[in-house]
Parts: sequence; structure tokens; C-alpha cells
Amino acid sequence: MASEAIPLTIRKGPLAVVYEWLATADHKKIGLMYIVYALLFLVIMGIEAILMRIQLAHANSTFLSPQVFNRLFTMHGTTGVFFVAMPILFGFGNYLVPLMIGARDMAFPRLNAFAFWMTALGGLLLYGSFFAGAGVSQAGIAPDVGWFAYAPLTATAFSPGHSTDYWTLSLLVAGVGSIAGGVNFIATILCMRCPGMTLSRMPLLAWMNLVMGGLVLVTISPLTAAQLMLMADRYLGAHFFDTVAGGSVVMWMHFFWIFGHPEVYVLIIPCFAFISEVIPVFSRKAMFGYPAMVAATVSIGFVSLGVWAHHMFTVGMPSYGNAFFVLTTMVVAVPTGIKIFNWLATMWGGKIRFATPMLFAVGFLFQFLIGGLTGMMLATAPFDWQLGNSYFVVAHFHYIIVGGIMFAIFAAFYYWYPKMTGRMLSETLGKWHFWLFLIGFHLTFDFMHIPGILGMPRRVYTYEAGRGWETWNMISSIGTVFQAVAILIFVYNMVSSYFVGAVVGNDPWDAWTLEWATSSPPPEYNFAVVPSVRSRRPLWDLKHPDDPDWKYE
Amino acid sequence: MSATGASMAANDAAWDLPSRGRVGMYCLIVAESAIFTIFVVAYVFYIGKSLSGPAPREILHVPIFSTICLLSSSLTIHWAIAALRKGKTAVFGVFWFITLALGTIFIAATAREWRHLIYQEDFTIQTNLFGTTYYSLVGLHASHVIVGLIGLAIVMILALLGKVKREQSERCEVFSLYWHFVDAVWVIVFTTVYIVGR
Repeated sequence: MASEAIPLTIRKGPLAVVYEWLATADHKKIGLMYIVYALLFLVIMGIEAILMRIQLAHANSTFLSPQVFNRLFTMHGTTGVFFVAMPILFGFGNYLVPLMIGARDMAFPRLNAFAFWMTALGGLLLYGSFFAGAGVSQAGIAPDVGWFAYAPLTATAFSPGHSTDYWTLSLLVAGVGSIAGGVNFIATILCMRCPGMTLSRMPLLAWMNLVMGGLVLVTISPLTAAQLMLMADRYLGAHFFDTVAGGSVVMWMHFFWIFGHPEVYVLIIPCFAFISEVIPVFSRKAMFGYPAMVAATVSIGFVSLGVWAHHMFTVGMPSYGNAFFVLTTMVVAVPTGIKIFNWLATMWGGKIRFATPMLFAVGFLFQFLIGGLTGMMLATAPFDWQLGNSYFVVAHFHYIIVGGIMFAIFAAFYYWYPKMTGRMLSETLGKWHFWLFLIGFHLTFDFMHIPGILGMPRRVYTYEAGRGWETWNMISSIGTVFQAVAILIFVYNMVSSYFVGAVVGNDPWDAWTLEWATSSPPPEYNFAVVPSVRSRRPLWDLKHPDDPDWKYE
Repeated sequence: MSATGASMAANDAAWDLPSRGRVGMYCLIVAESAIFTIFVVAYVFYIGKSLSGPAPREILHVPIFSTICLLSSSLTIHWAIAALRKGKTAVFGVFWFITLALGTIFIAATAREWRHLIYQEDFTIQTNLFGTTYYSLVGLHASHVIVGLIGLAIVMILALLGKVKREQSERCEVFSLYWHFVDAVWVIVFTTVYIVGR
């Protein structure tokens, strides 16, 4: 292509286009591939969720067999964490970080492509189990050990066939991809900033992706190590988690949750980043408390490494262990509270525009707060002894993952779609999406807390009538209809707006960060001239030369 | 923070960011350290918990010679790069070759040790918890040594072809960080397996 005089005017055949995407090392193309790949899995995991909600809608249901139900919740959870949330966030990070720090690509473009294709391979392996998992023993086609796969359920004695092999291999491969991605994020943010972009002038999105990258290095690696041990147990006959030979099943729990809890912060910190970009722009104010925001993010990163065993209160720990993990978990509320107040203070007195990204951001603020508060309830060990492994826990973490992470991701889609495609998403459809999803979310997950308090354990495929659980479960299941319709509207909006959406210029939202300084969609080289910045809001300086930010920072 | 135009220009001239190769390698080392940490924790947790023999003291011999070889290879790779930075490619080649040889001696010693354990002592990863943790921890380290040896060998071949010059000293140094890491991890593994665990 480089040898052609005017490459853009050449019409490429479909094969050439496919090759271009398969072989690309461009951070924007890789970012989009991450996002599209994750959206496909989002639809799959949504279908799995709907099937489970149909099964649980009324008592003594026979819609699904217990075996299928076990597979569905395992696949739903594993897919959601590793093949929806992680790739979507990595995709946005990939797309936005170089643009926002004024770079032309990530630090290691080919490593970036490697990371994406490893993640893609991981997802294919997980779903490959549907085709080959049964093995010669015909022992079940998909993983059914739960997303945290407690030992000894994963031992060959209890998981014959290959479904668990596919699960562990899939997470190992995807984990290698994530670690490569984490390395790349850190190297990009530290080494590729444009002139003048000091650490204290970086957009919060870059800061938060930096912290996320650091967390990936120290959290995905323990998971990788634990998967290696599990593989040694399954393939080589080792005894890491084999109680018969004196091994400890609790050790798997520790290793898994040393990964598992910080992983939640790997997912939520990039969402904080989206919210920290959307709220200032739609409140027409600079971010309130930028240094406090950075400090809070870094401290959340550190504290999150010391809270894992709050997932294990019901397993039994000495009292000092309980006390330690109760206290560290509660400490997380301090920096998180700082963030929420900073976002509120940014909105306070601002000229708020309730465009769709802002609607989702406000929804995030409210729901993330509630999810955090139920988190504080569960962090109290005695309360957790009562409600651990109940639907209260399921409602709590879906409040964070759907009400927090998903809402922030939707805000990001509506905010950056014009940059990625050059066209606006329809605001009317966006508002329908928001309100239907909001109603559906609250129907499903608000009412899910109650059967949990009434004693309904998680992961049961059905329940007896007459325990007072039916109404709440029925309401939860009805909520999924609203969510499904909202998602269909979202998908329709994304597809139709790509062809008929209003064409936009560089900067449809009148925003202040560097990605809006280049065309929409950006050219392959991002910036014709590498920009040079003097404040946290370089585009404000450009638009208001008489009153630039750098005079005050 | 309020910069005038003049001081901004001065800032531009001094715009100096860390090398991405170095940062990338440090990140990889952090991630690898986390993996090793988990294996070391598992090793320490299972010391003395095997339900059957053999015990470490009965079959393990402390590999002092190969340890000295591996640790001194950190010195030789350092000298190799110091020579390359001054443009002395011949000195570089000699020290790089010694590094490669020392690493090979180490991995050969590990191979002999494993052969002895498997064939003479009938001790495998399946024998007991000690076998499980011993082979996985030492094996994890050995696989890192092998990856390092492959890297060393590739650079050695390029050096013999005369392709490694002063301009490549930065890249070689980034690679040497990995080799130093592998050596440093051996100190931990050696202490855990042959001193604390024995």
C-alpha cells in the first residue's frame, strides 16, 4: 500500500480487507476487533442468562436439566468476565489511550496484535468445548464447575471428559494475552506521551488504564500460575489440589481469589476512566479534584490486592484473618467514596447536558454506589456467614458488573462511537435503550436481593414452591425481557447509525482531550503533526487562546 | 505549573521519556515474579505435608557447582554489554559465549539431576506433594532458563554474523534484564528448595 500514490482512493477487494484486519498492528483496528469480539460474546452470555432466568421464573421448573443449568452459569460467568468485560475494556483502552496521549500507536504494536489474538483464541477454546468437550468418555460437553472452579470439582475424578481442560486452557491462553496487553498499556502510557504531556497533565483515562495495566500484571499472573497447577494435576498426575495425597483445596480458593478480587478492579477502573471523561464534558466543567482522583485510583489498586479472602469468610478462617479482611475490604470504600464525591462535585453547578452518554454515567453513579454499599454489607464477616453464596451475593455483584461496569461501557459507546465511525448514534434510540435497560436492570437485580435474604442459595437449578421466592424470581425474570429489548435496540442503533447516522466533524461533543483533535475516524497515523500540550485540557486551550487552562494549573 | 512560552520551549527540548523496551521488560518481570511467587508459596505451604516418602533430605543434593555457574553468568553478560557499549564487539562475543556456556552447564546439571531422580530414585511429579511442588517450581525456573538460552543463542548467531554492533547495546541490555531476573529467581528457588525445604 505504501508504494501507491493515493492509497485511499483504491478500492480493495473483500479478501484484501479481511487480510488487512487479520494482519493489522494498528491500535485502532485492534481496539475495534476487541470490541466487536466482546459484543458477540455479550450476546451469547445474554442468551445464557435469559435461559437461566426462564428456568428460575417459577418453582419446580423443568425447562432446563440440572446439568445444562450448571453449564450455563459456568459459561455465563466465565464468558462475562474474560471474554466480554476484559476485551471490551482492553478494546476501548487500545483505541483511546494512544489518541489521548498524542501518540501514533501503542508502544509494541505487534505485541498488541498478539494480545488480541490470544484473547480471541481463549474465547474460541472455551466455546470449542461445546464441540469437543465430551471426549471419548462422553462426560459432558461444556465446563460445569462454576466460574471459580473450586477444587476438587475440577479433579479428573469429578470432571471426567475434556470440558474442564477446555476451561483451564482457555483462561491460561486468554491470561497470557491479558498480561501482554497490560505490559503494552504501561509501556505506552509511560513512554509514548506527546511533548508536554507530563504525568500530571495526562487525561484521567490514561492514568486509570496505567493502574489497570499494573493490576493486570500482578493479578492475572497468579491465575495463570494456578491454571498451570491445575493442568499439572489433570494432565501429569500432580497433587496440588488433591486431598487424597495431602493437597489442599483451600489453596485453590486463595490462588483464585488473589486473582479474582483484584480482577474486579481491573474491570471497574477503566469504567471509572470512562465516567471521568464523560461527566466533565457533559457538565461543562473541568474535572473536580484531579490529583485526588489519581491518588484514589492508585490506592484502590493497592488496597485491592489485600482483600481477596473476603470471598472465603464462609470457608472458615481464624478470627484475626476475618478481622484483617473485613478491615481491608472496608478501607476500599474510602478512595471509592472520594471518587464518587469528585464526580458529584464536577456535576455540581455545571451546565449539565443529559445526552445519552451522560444518562448512562449518572445511572452508573447511582448504581455503583448501591452496589458498593451492599459490598460493604457483605464485607462484614457475620453478615456474610448469613448471606454468603445466596442470591444476595449474586444481586450484589451484578449490581457492580451490570449496573456499574455495563452502564459505564454504554456511556463510552455513545460518547466515542462518533470518533470511531464518524457518525453519531441515534439519540432517540439511545434514550429508549437507556430507559428500557434501566427499568430492566432494576426489575431484575433490585428484586434479586430479596430471595437471597430469604435464603435462596445461588446456583440451584430450581426451587420448591411455597418458600416465598416465586414472586421475586418472576419479577427478576420479567426484567430480563426489558434488558433484552434494550440490547436489541442498542445493536440496531450501532448497525443502522453506521450507515445513516448524522455525519460529525472532529469534535461533536465540544470536548477537551486530544482524541477529538483529529478527524473522525482518525487516520492510521492518528496525528499529522504530533501535538504538544500545556494543560490537562489541550483542546480548551486551542479553542480559548485568550483564557487557556495552563494559566491556572 | 504555570509555564510561560519560553519555559515551555525549554521543556520541549528536554522532553525525555523512559525507553519502552526497558519498561516493557520490567513489566514482564513483575508479571513473572507474581507467577513465581504463587509457586513458591505452594512449595513452602506443602513442605513436610507429603503423606508418603521420599523426603527432600533423602534424595536432594545441593547443586552448588551449577548454581555458581548460573550466578556468575550474570556477571559475564554484564561485562559483555559493557564491552558492546564501548563498541568492542569481539570482547562482547567472548563474554556472551561464556554466558551461553554457563547457562547451558546449569541446564545440563538440572537435566542430570532430574534423570537421577526419575531413574535411580523413582521419584516423579506423581510421587507425593514434594514431587509435585519440586518438579513444578524447579521446572518453571528451568523453562525460563531455556527461553533465556534460546535468546542468548540467537544473539550469539547474530554476533557471529557480525550483525551485533554498538547500536544494538540497548536491545541486548533489555534482554540481559531478563537473564538477571532468571538468575535472581534461582536464588529464591535455591533457598526455598535446597535450604529451607531440605
